[in-house]
Amino acid sequence: MLIAKKIEFSYQKDQKFNIPDLNLNPGQQLLILGQSGSGKTTILNILGGLLKPHKGEVLINGTDLYSLGGAALDKFRGNNIGIIFQKPHILAPLTVEENLKLANFFSGTDGAKNEDLLSDLGISHKRKAKVNTLSEGEAQRVSIARALANSPKIILADEPTASLDDLNAANVVKLLKQQAEKFNAVLIIVTHDQRVKDHIANQITIGGEV
Amino acid sequence: MNMLKLSWKYLIAKPLNTGLNILLLALGLAIITVLILIQDQFESKMTRDAEGIDLVVGAKGSPLQLILSSVYHIDFPTGNIDMNDAMALSKNRLVKNIIPMGLGDNYQGYRIVGTNYDYLDLYSAQVQEGSRWDKPFEVVLGFEVATKLGLGIGDNFIGSHGIGSSSHEHDEHPYTITGILQPMGNVLDKLILTSIESVWYTHDDDHDHEKFEKSVAKTGFPETDEDREVTSLLLQYRNPMAAVQLPRYINSRSALQAASPSFEISRLFELLGVGVKLIQGLAIVIIVIAGLGIFIALFNSLKERKYDLAVMRTLGASSRQLFVHIVLEGVILTVLGAIVGILIGHLFIGILVMQNDQGAISTLSASVFLVEELWIIAYAVAVGIIASLIPAWSAYQTDIAKQLTKS
Repeated sequence: MLIAKKIEFSYQKDQKFNIPDLNLNPGQQLLILGQSGSGKTTILNILGGLLKPHKGEVLINGTDLYSLGGAALDKFRGNNIGIIFQKPHILAPLTVEENLKLANFFSGTDGAKNEDLLSDLGISHKRKAKVNTLSEGEAQRVSIARALANSPKIILADEPTASLDDLNAANVVKLLKQQAEKFNAVLIIVTHDQRVKDHIANQITIGGEV
Repeated sequence: MNMLKLSWKYLIAKPLNTGLNILLLALGLAIITVLILIQDQFESKMTRDAEGIDLVVGAKGSPLQLILSSVYHIDFPTGNIDMNDAMALSKNRLVKNIIPMGLGDNYQGYRIVGTNYDYLDLYSAQVQEGSRWDKPFEVVLGFEVATKLGLGIGDNFIGSHGIGSSSHEHDEHPYTITGILQPMGNVLDKLILTSIESVWYTHDDDHDHEKFEKSVAKTGFPETDEDREVTSLLLQYRNPMAAVQLPRYINSRSALQAASPSFEISRLFELLGVGVKLIQGLAIVIIVIAGLGIFIALFNSLKERKYDLAVMRTLGASSRQLFVHIVLEGVILTVLGAIVGILIGHLFIGILVMQNDQGAISTLSASVFLVEELWIIAYAVAVGIIASLIPAWSAYQTDIAKQLTKS
């Protein structure tokens, strides 16, 4: 499903990132651990089609991500990859529901699952709410719902628990796992948060031991 | 969800900013709308009123004043001319038709015009009710005069001397209304029409009641043994040659002056043009400032929105869609501004007309919409696109990965 081969990337010439090859099947989950500055987010950006690596290729469902150009890559990303960030980044002028619909609009899907998603994540009562009326935990759940609105094959989460308390953090990881299993999607979480360690057995560490 | 709705949501998230930009643009466009409406309606009205009149002959004075008083009935007459001179002119072979006019009286601000049936026929005026005048002191009212003053067939009134209201009254001779004209949409609507004889006899000191019973002249000049005067003559050329020879011939004679309506009116618009240009300039400055306002608003909001844009990209939006998203915001702003501006312009004219029920302004209409107003919307859209180009380009170039890692 997700294959990353011989990827090389560096921001500066003397500071190369060590990026492991990956090969994940549908439904597989992976936790990438690493300290700040170890290149976790860079890996995620490369896997998510946001940052073109200098060498190597990322194959999703047989499609070489970086052979797609411009708008095609954007569309592919919208349809196949759901990305969750450390901060929820809900678009403030839109309601919760409209945030999901926007994701549907950009990727051209019908959004039939939006209702179920919101109730699965326990925020369907907030669907008409604006982002500034949500709590941190709720907002992060909305961002998960939005990332999943197009039923992606790959779910990438970048420090999804960093700004949450223990209870919410555990909840968010649980929800991510649940949804990934439900859609039979690949789930990759990158984090330095030790609280996530116990939830996902398949782990790699980059940039030295945490 | 679509691009239009997305841009709209972002606009109404900042209602004050959006409202101010719309209002500023609307103000500039409202001024342009008012100018266009006034110019168009004045011009078409002036052309309509002067149709069929090649030349106006009257006493020496300002040619523009002669035209304004005799054709449009808005200025004071230049004076009177001797009827013998006028009759001599009517025999000229270059003259096809000549209509004498006796001006100088009014009733409640509406001018009483002494003339003959030719003047009605010049505008193909039909009597809606009653009949045309036949005897002295019989009058036909323009449609607006009848409705505004609430007068009907058979009613009497006493004219006043002078062309504005509340001057001294000719209390000896009441006029009788014999007819009311159809609504014409031109200067006739505001006139009280009668025979030249009526105007003469009003000003006479003796009262020869026998001649009051005689029928008046329906065309040409009335027959009279006395020394009589008329105010002006409306003239039609027999051939194009007349346009060259006749004005020169008339102006070379000491007592008379000839003026061409089309020439004088284009001169008038030239004079007014300076003022119009000034106001136009002001409107353009306001529109440019409005455009700058929109540019600054979009540019500033973009700084806060870079992250939103990057998130949209991760959701599958292409760079081109982000470009369109920002341009749409500018275009929505300016289209709304244009619509509000056009409405304000029409409202302004409407209020202006309501407050002036006589005179030149009262002939304007607020409910006339012109093709030029579509151009206003087109210009507004152009302003919107230009103002949003730079912000949109910057949105187009959003580097997603960099933007997302930066926070």
